[in-house]
Amino acid sequence: MPLLEIIDLRAKVGDREILKGINLTVQHGEVHAIMGPNGSGKSTLAQVLAGRDLYQVTGGQVLLDGRDLLEMDPEERAREGVFLAFQYPVEIPGVSNMYFLKAAVNQIRKHRGLEELDAMDFLNLVREKMQVMKMDQALLNRPVNTGFSGGEKKRNEIFQMAVLEPRLAILDETDSGLDIDALRTVSGGVNAMRSPERGMIVVTHYQRLLNEIVPDYVHVLADGRLVKSGGKELALELEAGGYAAVGIYDEEEAVGRV
Amino acid sequence: MTAVAELSAQWLELFTQQPAAEPWIQALREKAFARFSELGFPTTHQEEWRFTNVAPVTKLAQVSWPAERPARLPEAAQAHLAKYASLDHPFVALNTAFLNDVRVIAVPRGATLEAPIEITCDAPAEGTAAHPRTLILVGANAQCSIVETYRGAGAYFTNAVTEIVVADSAVVDHYKVQQESLSAYHIATLQVAIGRSAAFSSHSISLGGALVRNDVNAVLSQGSDANINGLYIVNGTQHVDNHTSIDHAMPHATSHELYKGILDGRSNAVFNGKIIVRKDAQKTDSKQTNKNLVLSDDAVINTKPELQIWADDVRCTHGATIGQLDSEMLFYLQSRGIGRKDARNLLIYAFAQDIVDRIKVQSLRDSLERTLFGKFHEHPE
Repeated sequence: MPLLEIIDLRAKVGDREILKGINLTVQHGEVHAIMGPNGSGKSTLAQVLAGRDLYQVTGGQVLLDGRDLLEMDPEERAREGVFLAFQYPVEIPGVSNMYFLKAAVNQIRKHRGLEELDAMDFLNLVREKMQVMKMDQALLNRPVNTGFSGGEKKRNEIFQMAVLEPRLAILDETDSGLDIDALRTVSGGVNAMRSPERGMIVVTHYQRLLNEIVPDYVHVLADGRLVKSGGKELALELEAGGYAAVGIYDEEEAVGRV
Repeated sequence: MTAVAELSAQWLELFTQQPAAEPWIQALREKAFARFSELGFPTTHQEEWRFTNVAPVTKLAQVSWPAERPARLPEAAQAHLAKYASLDHPFVALNTAFLNDVRVIAVPRGATLEAPIEITCDAPAEGTAAHPRTLILVGANAQCSIVETYRGAGAYFTNAVTEIVVADSAVVDHYKVQQESLSAYHIATLQVAIGRSAAFSSHSISLGGALVRNDVNAVLSQGSDANINGLYIVNGTQHVDNHTSIDHAMPHATSHELYKGILDGRSNAVFNGKIIVRKDAQKTDSKQTNKNLVLSDDAVINTKPELQIWADDVRCTHGATIGQLDSEMLFYLQSRGIGRKDARNLLIYAFAQDIVDRIKVQSLRDSLERTLFGKFHEHPE
């Protein structure tokens, strides 16, 4: 049974249809990259999978190991092993990173039938993961994402992912706003988590992330549909010739061609 | 007016029934009762009471007198008692007219008190009113913290007045925890005279009560520093009105005011923050903030800054916000496995966090954190 099956998924925000029938299958252990021009629906797809109610699903099905994902609340999806690394992690003043993450870990552990971690075990766990992400431990005592630099926020996302150990990780433009060193650190964190059980969907606008996190498959999303799929070489094609090389034009360009 | 006359007749009877007191106390009572008779109970036609209708309160007249005659008040009391809180406030006048339950606490000059001064006012008998009165005299260079707690069960009316005199260069932290029963009425005035270069902080935590009015009035001297904080959490049909007045009478004083409110159900809250900067009060630095988190469609908040600035070289800022829980924050927490209800509680708690963080008495902060957690957790989905 595949880890994730997306069948003819459609979603809208307000009256605007954004996802117009997405079909995608992710097997355990696979990394899929989704690329596409701005406004093609990449982030919407990521948010819909995580359960954001801003978007209304109007059709189709999503199965996580055969179970109906769309039926679940966002917290249930997380407990079932779905993790979204946000493109823009929100700042939450007044909630300490440590308190937040411990609550999250223990909710997920409880759901998996594991014993809750006490303060000591939790601290040991996060220390180790923070080192991998080259994060300052002082960040633990700060409010969630509050006053973090763009790079710190992205690192914090992958750090959370490492702590929560999802079976399906969705990375939404994790590379945006990162310098090359930060990009390598973040990618290193992601690569360390690749395993035969875990699947990943890496959403990105640029090929450079895929030099670091090498995908098994690359899909091109345009106007709410996956229009082209291939191996990792598809990303290089896009890099060389732009989206036009695979027959996709930004709206403005398309208008220009008419 | 007939209404006032009738009311006064009823209260006159009560007034004459109360146990005798020392002559100087008796004189204070009489003066205050005369003033109260002139004023009567406030109505919503008066600006200061526009959003708070005290009609239900006026029906709870019967006073339960203290069982024992109070001990003689210390000499120092006579020079200070009822010299600060204004009798122009009808409920201060009423409290002073019924001076029976009086506490006087004096902190000697230069003393540093490690443990907080705890004042606990338990509710009077069902259906009666109490008029607790507190005078705290803090000597020059002294340092102390004061915790006033109001609590009880059933329907009753607490009408409290506290006067605090902070002498020069003293440091005083005042905490008031209002945890009255949800059927109780609570009206209270805290009147503070802050000396030269003295630092005073007030933390007014208002959780209980059906109808609550808190007045906090601070008068600053040269170089005084005042921190006036408040947190009100209301649900159901609770009504809480916070009126503050910070009077910059002299130059070089600073005041920071932060009041935060969490409203749910069909509750009502009022915040009115008056800042007076008098002609001589140059180099005043004053900041006022009122933030409200509104959790339901039926809760109502009225917030109003009231700045009277007569000096020209001052810095005064004020701001008020009314907001709801942030859906993006909720989603973020949920997306990490935290249930919607817990996520909501966590965000509500976070909103109150900076007020809680300002509480320096550890035991109080701990118990308040527990109370807040409990309060938010009982909230239905």
